[in-house]
Amino acid sequence: MKMELIQPFINSADAVLAQGLQCKTAMGSLSMEEEAYRRKGVAAMVWVTGDIEGRIIIDLDPETAVRVASTMAGAELPESDSLVRETACELANQIIGNAITALNDQGFRFRVHPPVMHTSEEGMKSSEDTEALVMCFETPMGSVFMNIAMRYNRRRQPDRAAAAGS
Amino acid sequence: MEQFAPVKRSKDGQPIRYLIVDDSVFARKNLARMIESFGGHLAGEAGDGLTAITEYDRTHPDIVLMDITMPQMEGIEAAERIVQSHPDARIVMVSSVGYQENIVAALQRGARHFVQKPVKPEVLYEVIKYVLGDDASVTSAAGAGA
Repeated sequence: MKMELIQPFINSADAVLAQGLQCKTAMGSLSMEEEAYRRKGVAAMVWVTGDIEGRIIIDLDPETAVRVASTMAGAELPESDSLVRETACELANQIIGNAITALNDQGFRFRVHPPVMHTSEEGMKSSEDTEALVMCFETPMGSVFMNIAMRYNRRRQPDRAAAAGS
Repeated sequence: MEQFAPVKRSKDGQPIRYLIVDDSVFARKNLARMIESFGGHLAGEAGDGLTAITEYDRTHPDIVLMDITMPQMEGIEAAERIVQSHPDARIVMVSSVGYQENIVAALQRGARHFVQKPVKPEVLYEVIKYVLGDDASVTSAAGAGA
């Protein structure tokens, strides 16, 4: 997966987490997921279709999810509260929406689908045409993981135009 | 959350009535907290575009805050349908997907403004005042509780 594709997601996660949690975040580890993805706790998944297709998962361990949700809701929430899961979905929605906005400006065309809770223990692993990357963002409330598994579906608009003109 | 000088309806001094449309309960609660800090009143909520249309007909809000990516019917189509039936409807799109084509499509189909998520309260406050124009007035914070 090219860095031009990954960087908008990193920038967006950094900005959304910093604003939502009112704190500084730090990029932790970044690794290629060789094996099937194993969910860490409260996870939300968003599918994108278009020039690039795949899915992005925002995943927080249960304790971190409660702290993040409580901070963003402005009230202490119990782990059982549905708002904790809703917060993961909204975080995913905002991070991916902002990243897609930046990628659209680079000429990629997408459709973003509504976030859904990712409840299975394992997810898609890397394959020949779909690479899965896992990155970790350190926040004072704990680690937020972002797992991206996407593949190029077709060339983006400027590349198509260049090819058509050659 | 920061408190803002209350925005009221010019014609009768009553709080602005809002319809919030978003498939995320979290996002709806977050927006509801913001409009409360603006001195507004929550007239209704909807989790998809279809419900938004029926809720608009039922509540006749002063302003609608509408997400774009939603199940059943997306926000831009719902906005268009509401404006077709109610040409004076004031709809502000609130979405994390803020690329130009999306914004232009929303404005062409009847939305009055666009705010990108994550929403900053001070930005939404200014947009609401702009969209309501002369139909709203800002009362001083000191006079709000009088």
